[in-house]
Amino acid sequence: MKFIYQTWWKVLAVLIILYTLIAGFLFGVPTLPILHETIRNTYFHVPMWIAMFTVFTISVVYSVLYLNTGKEEYDLVAVECVNTGTFFYVLGLITGMMWAKFTWGAFWSNDPKQNSAAIAFLLYCAYAVLRNSIDEEQKRAKISAIYNIFAFPIMVVLIMVLPRMTDSLHPGNGGNPAFGKLDMDNRMRVVLYPAFIAWSAIAVWIASLRYRIRLIEYKRNEIN
Amino acid sequence: MQLFNQTWVLFKKEIVLEWRSKYAFNGVLLYVVSTVFICYISFNLNPGFSGSKSYPVVWNVLFWIIMLFASVNAIAKSFMQESKSRLLYYYSIASPQAIILSKTIYNILLMSLLSILALLVYLLFFTNTIGDPLFYFLTVLLGSISFSTVFTMISAIASKAGNNGTLMAILSFPVIIPVILLLIRLSKNAMDGIERSFSYSNMGVLLAINVIVIATALLLFPFLWRD
Repeated sequence: MKFIYQTWWKVLAVLIILYTLIAGFLFGVPTLPILHETIRNTYFHVPMWIAMFTVFTISVVYSVLYLNTGKEEYDLVAVECVNTGTFFYVLGLITGMMWAKFTWGAFWSNDPKQNSAAIAFLLYCAYAVLRNSIDEEQKRAKISAIYNIFAFPIMVVLIMVLPRMTDSLHPGNGGNPAFGKLDMDNRMRVVLYPAFIAWSAIAVWIASLRYRIRLIEYKRNEIN
Repeated sequence: MQLFNQTWVLFKKEIVLEWRSKYAFNGVLLYVVSTVFICYISFNLNPGFSGSKSYPVVWNVLFWIIMLFASVNAIAKSFMQESKSRLLYYYSIASPQAIILSKTIYNILLMSLLSILALLVYLLFFTNTIGDPLFYFLTVLLGSISFSTVFTMISAIASKAGNNGTLMAILSFPVIIPVILLLIRLSKNAMDGIERSFSYSNMGVLLAINVIVIATALLLFPFLWRD
């Protein structure tokens, strides 16, 4: 837990994001039909999902830790990671929808990938509702940890497995080749991979700040 | 071995309890039959429906939606009807895995019976030709198994969190949507009599979802029952 109080990785994340912003808009990209310059959205759309997966994974790890130890702090980490992940989820959806408007022709085109992303979003909304429905703190922590662990594999199946089974417009699905295989070249990779790391670090940073605020509130409410 | 014995005893207990009152079975059966009848009457208000081009599509989708709501109602009861002190007694004599397993197996049995009966009633009112009846039947059985595994775990969570029906629906629908999508696709294939080998990959995913759900249920339920 000491890691979240250190500064170096936060500075590094901000610097790398500045680099991806500048390089993402200025570096050369492959000229492809339909995509044209929108290909630069790869630097923003994909890292949002990577960041989301990072914080959701951390949240599942802390839910498991909570169930094993019963420490209240772990539950706070899990819930704030889910909150941050949901935020990045929305960002991923929005960037994807904007991209879809320019390449597929509509914000929402009933695509399996879009649909299952929307369904998986409901999973995490249900998590929030579940938390609100229980008043007792320890019971709330336990039950929401269980639901969180239960929801994560379903979310992975929804987003990563099911769209691959049917026809989809999204790259990497339904017989389409994955984006990286044909459309990308090394000029893009030098921007994209740092962006994955940097946005994940930013997500962890946001989650850790929210967790620290929660922790202060929790300690204030404590009866000594 | 002990787990197996405990599961078996608890499973027998569920059946005996149900046999004594026949409440869940008859209740849900009546629910399904009335829903089918309501759908029958409502759809026949529009003349020419059964001859229309979209009839097979609506037929298939409607069946699964009726089954979905029937199974939510049937399985939501599985943890709610138990009183708190009786649950405490179970936990003192059996392992939590045996409890969730016996409930799941019992619900699979209940839902399989119910969905077969529901299919018969549904076919009685809405006549339709099924291209591959055996495969359609198999899909219905697979569907009742999937509904049972998912809803049993969710009802265990919902029963701990205030026992209300809204929560059960909110928690279970995101989980059940992928299952029902696969089921509708599978059963439509069976209805159209498409070559069976086209459906195997979908069936594989459905079975994989079931395995994931049962595995997580077995892992998580021991944490859930303690208060």
